[in-house]
Amino acid sequence: MLRFVTIRLLRAGLTVLSVMTFAFVVLRMSGDPAQVLLGPDVPQNIVQDFRDRWGLDDPIWRQYLSYLRAMLQGDFGLSMRDRSPAIDLVVERIPATLQLTIPALILQLALGIPAGIYAALKRGTLADRGVIVMAIIGFTVPSFVMGLLLVLVFAVVLGALPSGGASSWQHAILPVLTMSIGGIGVLARFSRSAMIEVMGQPYIRTASAKGVRWSDVVRKHALPNAAVPIVTIVGFMVGSLIAGAIIVETIFSWPGMGRLLIVSVTNRDLAVVQCILLLVAAVMVVSNLTVDLLYGWIDPRLRQAPPTH
Amino acid sequence: MQLSLFWLVAMIACAIFVDVLRPFPITQMNLGTRLAPPGTPGHWLGTDELGRDVLSRLIQSVRSSLVIAFGATLLSAFFGTLLGFMAAKFRGVVEHVVVMLADFQAALPFLIMSLAVLAFFGSSMPLLVCLMGFYGWERYARITRGLAISANAQGYAAAVVQLGATPSRVYLRHILPNVASTLIVSMTLTFPEIILMESSLSFLGLGVQPPDTSLGNMVGFGREYLTTAPWIMLSPATVIVLTTLAISLAGDWLRDRLDPTLDSIS
Repeated sequence: MLRFVTIRLLRAGLTVLSVMTFAFVVLRMSGDPAQVLLGPDVPQNIVQDFRDRWGLDDPIWRQYLSYLRAMLQGDFGLSMRDRSPAIDLVVERIPATLQLTIPALILQLALGIPAGIYAALKRGTLADRGVIVMAIIGFTVPSFVMGLLLVLVFAVVLGALPSGGASSWQHAILPVLTMSIGGIGVLARFSRSAMIEVMGQPYIRTASAKGVRWSDVVRKHALPNAAVPIVTIVGFMVGSLIAGAIIVETIFSWPGMGRLLIVSVTNRDLAVVQCILLLVAAVMVVSNLTVDLLYGWIDPRLRQAPPTH
Repeated sequence: MQLSLFWLVAMIACAIFVDVLRPFPITQMNLGTRLAPPGTPGHWLGTDELGRDVLSRLIQSVRSSLVIAFGATLLSAFFGTLLGFMAAKFRGVVEHVVVMLADFQAALPFLIMSLAVLAFFGSSMPLLVCLMGFYGWERYARITRGLAISANAQGYAAAVVQLGATPSRVYLRHILPNVASTLIVSMTLTFPEIILMESSLSFLGLGVQPPDTSLGNMVGFGREYLTTAPWIMLSPATVIVLTTLAISLAGDWLRDRLDPTLDSIS
């Protein structure tokens, strides 16, 4: 078990390192970092101070090391907009983004998994078809179309809900719905196929043949085995939630990190972009790590040898 | 199934014969007929805020979106397969590097990585195609690596090696044809995802830039007129949904035909 956790932690660390390297390479390829991170009209002494601190006159490998050190100390440079540290700008937007992503994730888990399991147990019924249709919608309707359709129906035609802003909890309803609808369908479909696969296994037949109650067959024999593929897909969904937040916050003018990212990309405020990039990578690495550790917990077989790609 | 194939053929025809089909040039403005609703004679899908014909812009957009998605799918299949084969051929360090790259890709949602690259370099058509060409490469790499390793263990690859074939000949002439059907099925999975990714970027105003137009970019500009002229946004949105739906259905059909073992990959 210790070996399993150590290998996973090492890989997670390596991944964060590769994202930082990516940011470093892209930053260097796009021009002089002092110019890029500080902006064009900065006094010469500040530029020189920055060059000294980041060692921009040093050989490239030493620059790389000092870059990594600055990143680890949370020094991401200054935002072009108001010269405040980029990290402060980003951190102050995090709560707003979490206000959307956490309810959306809870909705997806609370509706998607039970719906999928129910559909698998009642194959061919109306509920089963409903799950399949939801899943198709989830795969084919992009979130910007979904968001605009919801605005069109609930805000423009019915006038029931606000179409943008963040001043009350009603404002969060449409964004959260937009983010969760597709995910509910996708999760339901995966839970459904995982469950159908498990229900076809010989051990399920054995359990029912020896007289175990049906509810116990499902709860004790089927669900734990269906959990591994479901956990995998939940891990993937964290990434799509973060990507979804960017689009949804733009549609609904929600003052979160996603909107900040779009505004910063448009204004080429690179310090902020870089900071968000690393933050998202850190979140994703932690979530992938959690998924990996959950595997080991759910399925003892996986603790022995790490699964190869 | 027939319906989805018909739709795909129609879309491809649109993309190829765009110059013949398009009733108006996409930038031709006519301020006299601004925001005309669908059904107006001459402008069957209406006009936008500058009096440009929505149908003409739609046809042109189908072309840009399909061309980008097609180019990007080929690029990513090429790189992914190459890396997968290299990992299978050399194992060791090369394999670890490929796995690390795949981890990297998994740690950054693609949309965010693209936004970062576009922020540093600015948006242009070649950059956009190359960027989209990175989409899903790790899927091909994983599949080809696994299949190539198992092919190496099978008789036919060993036999041609014994006959003195060079590695490139073994991989390109003998292993590639055997994994091709799996690769084609994966391409039908990646293709609609790239269309959605490109439309999302264009919707955010960071993909295809005006005066060029793409489906996502039309939806993005149509958003401003959601209350007064929803058709500007609804027609490209419908095309996006129908196209991705048609490709997914066609892909499912192809998968059943070509490779029944692929059920779990998506």
